[in-house]
Amino acid sequence: MRYDARAMPERYIVVGGGLAGLMTVIKLAEAGKHVDVFSIVPVKRSHSVCAQGGINGAVNTKGEGDHPDIHVKDTLKGGDFLAEQPPVRGMCHAAPQIIYLLDRMGVPFNRTSEGLLDFRRFGGTLHHRTAFAGASTGQQLLYALDEQVRRYESEGLVRKFEYWEYLSFIKDEQGACRGIAAIDLRTMQIEAFAADAVCLATGGPGIVYGRSTNSTINTGSANGRSYMDGAIYANAEFVQVHPTAIPGEDKHRLMSESARGEGGRVWVPKQKGDKRLGREIPENERWYFLEEKYPKYGNLVPRDVGSREIFSVVKDLGMGVGGEDVVYLDVTHIPAATLDRKLGGIMEIYEKFQGVDPRKNPMKIFPAVHYSMGGLWVDYEADGKNDLVPGSPRQQSTNIPGLYATGECDYAYHGANRLGANSLLSCIYAGMIGGPAMISHARNAAPKKGDVPASLLQGAKGQWAERFDKIYKMEGPENPYLIGQQMGELMVKVSTVVKKNPELDDAVVKIQEMKERWKKCSVLDTGRTLNQSATYLNQLWNMLEIAHLNLVASRLRDESRGSHYKPEFVLPKPKTSRPQDDKEFMAAWKARNDKWLKNSMGKWTSQGPSVLFQDLQSLKNPILAPEPRHYD
Amino acid sequence: MTEKVVVRIERSHPHRWEEFHVERRPNANVISVLMQIQRNPLTADGQRTSPPSWDAACLEEVCGSCTMNVNGRVRQACSALIDHLEQPITLSPMKKFPLVRDLAVDRQKMFDALKRVRAWIPIDGTYDLGPGPRQAPEDQEINYVLSTCMTCGCCLEVCPQVGESAAFIGAAAISQTRLFNNHPTGRMNASERLRALMPEGGVADCGKAANCVQACPKNIPLTSSIAEMARQTTRQALRDWFFHDESKGSVITVA
Ligand SMILES: Cc1cc2nc3c(=O)[nH]c(=O)nc-3n(C[C@H](O)[C@H](O)[C@H](O)COP(=O)(O)OP(=O)(O)OC[C@H]3O[C@@H](n4cnc5c(N)ncnc54)[C@H](O)[C@@H]3O)c2cc1C
Ligand code: SF4
Ligand code: SF4
Ligand code: FES
Repeated sequence: MRYDARAMPERYIVVGGGLAGLMTVIKLAEAGKHVDVFSIVPVKRSHSVCAQGGINGAVNTKGEGDHPDIHVKDTLKGGDFLAEQPPVRGMCHAAPQIIYLLDRMGVPFNRTSEGLLDFRRFGGTLHHRTAFAGASTGQQLLYALDEQVRRYESEGLVRKFEYWEYLSFIKDEQGACRGIAAIDLRTMQIEAFAADAVCLATGGPGIVYGRSTNSTINTGSANGRSYMDGAIYANAEFVQVHPTAIPGEDKHRLMSESARGEGGRVWVPKQKGDKRLGREIPENERWYFLEEKYPKYGNLVPRDVGSREIFSVVKDLGMGVGGEDVVYLDVTHIPAATLDRKLGGIMEIYEKFQGVDPRKNPMKIFPAVHYSMGGLWVDYEADGKNDLVPGSPRQQSTNIPGLYATGECDYAYHGANRLGANSLLSCIYAGMIGGPAMISHARNAAPKKGDVPASLLQGAKGQWAERFDKIYKMEGPENPYLIGQQMGELMVKVSTVVKKNPELDDAVVKIQEMKERWKKCSVLDTGRTLNQSATYLNQLWNMLEIAHLNLVASRLRDESRGSHYKPEFVLPKPKTSRPQDDKEFMAAWKARNDKWLKNSMGKWTSQGPSVLFQDLQSLKNPILAPEPRHYD
Repeated sequence: MTEKVVVRIERSHPHRWEEFHVERRPNANVISVLMQIQRNPLTADGQRTSPPSWDAACLEEVCGSCTMNVNGRVRQACSALIDHLEQPITLSPMKKFPLVRDLAVDRQKMFDALKRVRAWIPIDGTYDLGPGPRQAPEDQEINYVLSTCMTCGCCLEVCPQVGESAAFIGAAAISQTRLFNNHPTGRMNASERLRALMPEGGVADCGKAANCVQACPKNIPLTSSIAEMARQTTRQALRDWFFHDESKGSVITVA
């Protein structure tokens, strides 16, 4: 797969072939552009396949009066207003059309008896707004995009570099991105590639937490490295912990929110340490704590709220099932046939990996790290009416000219907490506006890919070859995989559901120690074919950088907002049912927002992360004024 | 129940078998054991070795990465629970695909096969063109199952017609053809896909041994897909023979 970089007139690079990357590719190819897509795994195996529950769009087919504007409100409120508003509105308004597009691509969405798309309920909304294909919606969506890209591939517009790993972007003297350096994972060959614009669609950094609901390839290494090279990483402290996952040795397998959307109920035995099997415990001896505390949203409160409640029932009250760190998620009251039709995929996962039939026995679940709201900072351009300017080169652009970001690796759409089924949507939407923005950038930019000096490419290639040569020679006593595991345990302990400043301070020191230990690692393997240890060592450093930034930003943000929760800094409960009626509460709430309703902007320095809190651009002229977030 | 897990792994570069003993953990599976080995790559006789290479991503049997032979049977390693496996556990790479290293192989030919059968819906564009065609829930249910194929390769590994050099396209791609031909829009290009299944290496090469359907971790009804596609290609071949279209180039004869 070698080619002469100068032979072709215009070329774009997309790194990552999940939903976001593939949609970006499709938008570029549809405009007749040549695209190279890089991915560590065949794109069809990207993490997006794991998404279970569905994708949101206010199509309003159930006579509930749903509307994209209500979707906007739910999304902003769900994220406690820490998201720039115009892109969120753009996304929610495009959602129905995106679902139709996917339908036209052949996604086997579940149907109503009339043959129309069916919608289910998800957390943080009172509407049936989530289109779904069984309980493997992500797999079905990814395949649909993969098929469209394969079509462009067979037409010669797209080239795939699968089993290639992005190492860094290449910067010219003006600080603009002119291409990337990457390594062929099978031959360990390093190459530099020139491009007119580059988009990172490299997904989230779940593996920084060791075990999470994420795929093992979600190291966030590409994002961490780009941050080291000058891209701003925003809101790193916001990582979502999903309320319901099966705790596991190698990963925590998700039990999608759709289980609750279809009527699943969360409970614990009223009697502490009750040793009976879940199904033997009579109704009146069960405590449905979410339904009791949140009569309106019940089991479908937003994820941060759900995780905190479960965490507190188990850790503070010691009411976990059988004294263990688990609670019940119960779908046994739903007919087995319905479960198989609507939740088949996750029923199988539970049965296969736990050896217990969830149709007959309540499932044992616990919160697990799931999604990163934070990520590479990206810009947007809106007009006076807060509508995004179509084709503006600023959409999805990082602070590095020519470098774009789409999907979970960007920070843009979910604020302090993401609503279920909004991520697949944001990935696709970001790709839809990011692709055209790259084309505009290339059109406007003065230097073209054709005139990337060979020395720039050679330099990048040489630098990386040197770094890997050093890695191949590492023969210290430390095992990188062990450090990775310890980093994960540390992060889960101090930076998930409940954060405390002294623990965060401690953890920063520990991460710095791990960075020192990294230098004393052994490469474990000196082979030059698929040497996974060598590439892991490179990834591990980048993960340590993200962990470091997460801890510093978490430490600095002295408030509670969405997934970021510090018991020391919690607003008092409003004394009226409408928080707006409690003057004292509103004053405290406003003071908190004045200080903290800001993006944390992480900039890498050789001394460690520098974090600045910056006002949101769109709050000067907001679509919706922030309001207190409550779900009682 | 033994306290440790004994695994024998077929390694490459150079070819050898290595035995590892690791601590037994609750609910462990083959991938979690491979991860334990990574953290302490010592063979049973105390020799330092490189951690074995393998492919994995989702760890929940949906990405198709981690296919290998576990105790001589091809399957997804991530869902191979240690408690259900006889010890010593042997791990070896798939044999019907070019080896990359240790347990990792190159399945590019499966993706190429998807290109050959044009496994996509040829949409007009990504613009706002309104909803897709209506579909009965029954059709959705059939297509959904077909569409869960994760290109894992189990069906090819067990197929007597598939060899590293043999041309047979394999059950997965044939079943995908059925999926697209069963979609209201995809149907419009059914004949192109069928013609791709006619020449050597196409559906007629299947020996109907039905190994594939038993090996498929997604329970895809492969034999009924193959039967259905055999029927459709025969019909297509007859149609092509009767209405020989000069513009399409070569005449295609019935196999
Ligand atoms: C279990 C689970 C269930 C979920 N369910 C839902 C749901 O129901 N609804 C919803 O909206 N969201 C859901 N989510 C979230 C959603 O799946 C993800 O946020 C989304 O799929 C991310 O897509 P992406 O395109 O950004 O990245 P990914 O799909 O993670 O793709 C990243 C791509 O980048 C490539 N890559 C990464 N690093 C490099 C590198 N260095 N070099 C080259 N390539 C690289 C990878 O190979 C891959 O192709 C779920 C998440 C999980 C974990
Ligand atoms: S039925 Fe056909 S495709 Fe399946 S294993 Fe037998 S020969 Fe192979
Ligand atoms: S048909 Fe089944 S066995 Fe074959 S590749 Fe698809 S999922 Fe795997
Ligand atoms: S790792 Fe994805 S199928 Fe096993």
